[in-house]
Amino acid sequence: MKIAVLRFPGSNCDQDAFFALTEDMGIDAAYVWHEETSLKGFDGVFVPGGFSYGDYLRCGAMASRSNVMQEVVRFAADGGPVLGACNGFQILCEAGLLPGALLLNEQQKFVCQDVFLKTETRRSPWTSEAADVVRIPIAHGEGRYVVEPEDLKRMEDRAQIAFRYVNASGTVDAESNPNGSVDGIAGILNEAGNVLGLMPHPERATRAILGGTDGKGILKGFELVMAK
Amino acid sequence: MARISQTIDVARAQILVTLKPSLLDSAGRTVASSLQNLGFTEVGEVRVGKLIEIELAEFSEARVKEMCEKLLANPVIERFEIKEIV
Repeated sequence: MKIAVLRFPGSNCDQDAFFALTEDMGIDAAYVWHEETSLKGFDGVFVPGGFSYGDYLRCGAMASRSNVMQEVVRFAADGGPVLGACNGFQILCEAGLLPGALLLNEQQKFVCQDVFLKTETRRSPWTSEAADVVRIPIAHGEGRYVVEPEDLKRMEDRAQIAFRYVNASGTVDAESNPNGSVDGIAGILNEAGNVLGLMPHPERATRAILGGTDGKGILKGFELVMAK
Repeated sequence: MARISQTIDVARAQILVTLKPSLLDSAGRTVASSLQNLGFTEVGEVRVGKLIEIELAEFSEARVKEMCEKLLANPVIERFEIKEIV
């Protein structure tokens, strides 16, 4: 099994993702430059965080129209596992693989801290092995998830809400919402459940010395999709 | 980058992209607070948008609309208005 770690001009979590996958998950991975037009030989895609194309126009807008993302759209349609964290989440929304969009944090500041997430569904490989309450770092200025109310309703009906920001005991409350996301949403799934986007960084929580290992349960999704 | 502005009959499109009114504009809120700090106490809500100008070999509203839909604006969060600059 081999995971493509995408690289755009301005990506900066690509090395973290590569390290977490290869060193801590024991999963083979390789970098794939945004100009590539094929994902042949890859069994999963990690869309990393950073500031692709300097966040010009909108976060993720330019990256979502790149060569490699057009391949990712096809790959996802065939059921391949795709994970986007932080800027990767923004890119997946801009590419239309996930509903909604990410806006400037309501609190008007960049937030860099550990947060707690409640795993809201078990229906996807991305969430089936995650802890009930996940402790994980965030680092973003534009993480306020918004979506049209009717789309939100449809997402809830189809169990597409993967993670919500909660307090340490697992309760959704306004104080634990770091960016003003609607309903405290931190991560979402596509309808089929093979694409996950989330603002937190699972690749930064894969060994104790980094502050925790709860990210491993999420990254395990790559293996679980393959095992199916 | 190709420049066509030297030609005499260059067309220009101006696109105004704004956040949907239903969405909180964090940048606008910060600007409002700065203006109030500077003594502009009459300032209420501020909304910040983007102005995009494009040089074109010829102006076609349909083509510019397509550019907006494919890249320049995100229909989930934004609205856009197109003007031809003469």
